[in-house]
Amino acid sequence: MLTNSILTILGMALVTYATRAGGLWFIERVKPTPRVEKWLRHIPGAILVSIVAPMIVKSDSAELIAVTATVIVGIATKNVLLTMLVGIGVVLLARNFI
Amino acid sequence: MSGEHIAFTIKGALTGAQRALPLALSVFAYGSVFGVLARQTGMSAVEAISMSGFVNAGSAQLVVLDLWNFPLPAFTIILTTLIINLRHLLMGAALQPWFSQLSTPRKYLSAFFIGDENWALSMREFQQGQRDAAFLLGSGLMLFIAWLASTATGYAMGAGVSDPARWGLDFAFLAVFLALIAGMWRGKSDMLPWAVAAGVAILASHWLPGKWYIVLGGLAGSAAGAMRHAD
Repeated sequence: MLTNSILTILGMALVTYATRAGGLWFIERVKPTPRVEKWLRHIPGAILVSIVAPMIVKSDSAELIAVTATVIVGIATKNVLLTMLVGIGVVLLARNFI
Repeated sequence: MSGEHIAFTIKGALTGAQRALPLALSVFAYGSVFGVLARQTGMSAVEAISMSGFVNAGSAQLVVLDLWNFPLPAFTIILTTLIINLRHLLMGAALQPWFSQLSTPRKYLSAFFIGDENWALSMREFQQGQRDAAFLLGSGLMLFIAWLASTATGYAMGAGVSDPARWGLDFAFLAVFLALIAGMWRGKSDMLPWAVAAGVAILASHWLPGKWYIVLGGLAGSAAGAMRHAD
């Protein structure tokens, strides 16, 4: 039982590491063209937006207020810690008072 | 970037670790939830902690808990893990401009520590002129420690750990990503790719299981960005 679960965990570890190393490994072997480099530069923003957009769509009204406040503070300050704390603070207030 | 010297120093790693501290709070909340649920699922402490140590991938670990019934469906669990983590392929490829100069051990040691939060933080730093690639490793180590410690804490406390929503900590993840996005906006050229990414991700999250929506939204949005300046 134990060996079985440890083997499963090791299998998970192996495929996860393969995904982490594989993208870099592959792109280094195809020698990126300018077009590919342009594509690479757009990946971070596109992935981040893809992570948050569905969460925002599913948000309730308290969370939407906090999202708005977070975005405003984020743009104004560019400070991750401060922005996160404001977001958490606003969501707590909004949940308790709305 | 090409031709520019990329460093890999302890100092860079320490800067990364320090900048990742606020993210560690959000990871800690998430990891405690994993620890609590792992125990409720019937995992031993050794299993839960070694999963966090070897796999080090929050969303995959949480999803897999649903499948953790004996006899273990090992193949399904490993395949599910692979699919949820496919987004790392894109994230790793995006690191190429900063990582191609590094030695193989440094590159592939750093790769283990690619996670959503610290990868996003590192990409923002690199875009803003950070030229020490050890930033990713340092930030990843900080979150790895938070992830391991919180798995153990959640497991030890069991149901005694309070609901993260009570402290607004469930919102920390979204807030961190919004903060990172706010710092990544480079102007109007981002408008189309971001809109495409958002649209595709929302649709995909509605129709497809797991984390396909991140893979598809990321692919569609970045492809739109690459096409747009076709000349």
